[in-house]
Amino acid sequence: MLILSCPVCGVTAEETEFQGGGEAHLKRFGPGASEDDFEGYLFMRENPRGVHFERWRHAYGCGKWFHAARCTTTLEVFGTYSAQTTEPPKDLRDKISEKRPNWAWREFE
Amino acid sequence: MSEPVTALGGASSTDGIAMVSECALQGMITLRGDLSASAFKKAATSASGVAMPEQGMATVEEDRGLCWMSPDELLLLCPYDAVGGTLANVHKTLAKSHALAVNVSDARAMFRVSGAGAREVMTKLCPVDLAPDQFTPGMFRRTRMAQVPAAFWMPEEDVFQIVCFRSQAQYVFDLLTVAAQPGSSVGVYQE
Repeated sequence: MLILSCPVCGVTAEETEFQGGGEAHLKRFGPGASEDDFEGYLFMRENPRGVHFERWRHAYGCGKWFHAARCTTTLEVFGTYSAQTTEPPKDLRDKISEKRPNWAWREFE
Repeated sequence: MSEPVTALGGASSTDGIAMVSECALQGMITLRGDLSASAFKKAATSASGVAMPEQGMATVEEDRGLCWMSPDELLLLCPYDAVGGTLANVHKTLAKSHALAVNVSDARAMFRVSGAGAREVMTKLCPVDLAPDQFTPGMFRRTRMAQVPAAFWMPEEDVFQIVCFRSQAQYVFDLLTVAAQPGSSVGVYQE
């Protein structure tokens, strides 16, 4: 079971108090984008073994969205961070590199 | 004018390891806005008569209080009869702010769990660490109670005050009475 800390209200709780919101940092392409771009935005998802970034909502608590970085094999949570960002914070990425050298996820590494 | 009644007519169960009872009608106002804005703070504290709560805390005195619900939401408690006047006051103070105040008194039910087994009863139902050194009087927690959302705080040691949706009042009462049934003590917090 995942134990997540909500960065918004500071509560640490287990998975059932939250709601998963799918993959994080999806990029939507604006008007005039190609069909390939749109297809990628709509359908193409990562399915990694290891480091993964997701969106979560503190559904039974403060009700706010946030991002979480975790490992899909060990369920280790590397950290959670604000939803108001387009990429994982540098310190979190460094922390993941320490534990999982040479990790890569989409354009991040 | 119809007579306001609580969801379960003041139901209570006293024979278990903790006493469960439905509270009398409680005035509740949802306040949303910028919690750091001075106008908002002033409106909240003057309407409730208590201090602003810190993050994750509640300041409650008798039937008046402020509970921290989320970074942009407070739950204001006041006597049931005083909701109309309090709400009008808040609207007046916040007329120029981007904020929201709504009377939710009749959308909620409130329960009180008290007695030596109170912590244990709550622990059985909520995914929260309620160890005596982790959850103390003054803290406020929104969480899940079995299958429904609930929020609670401790007015004093061994007493929990629970707020839930009124439509789920019977479910919550049944949960609490089953969790508190006689002989169901696990003794998890006893030395």
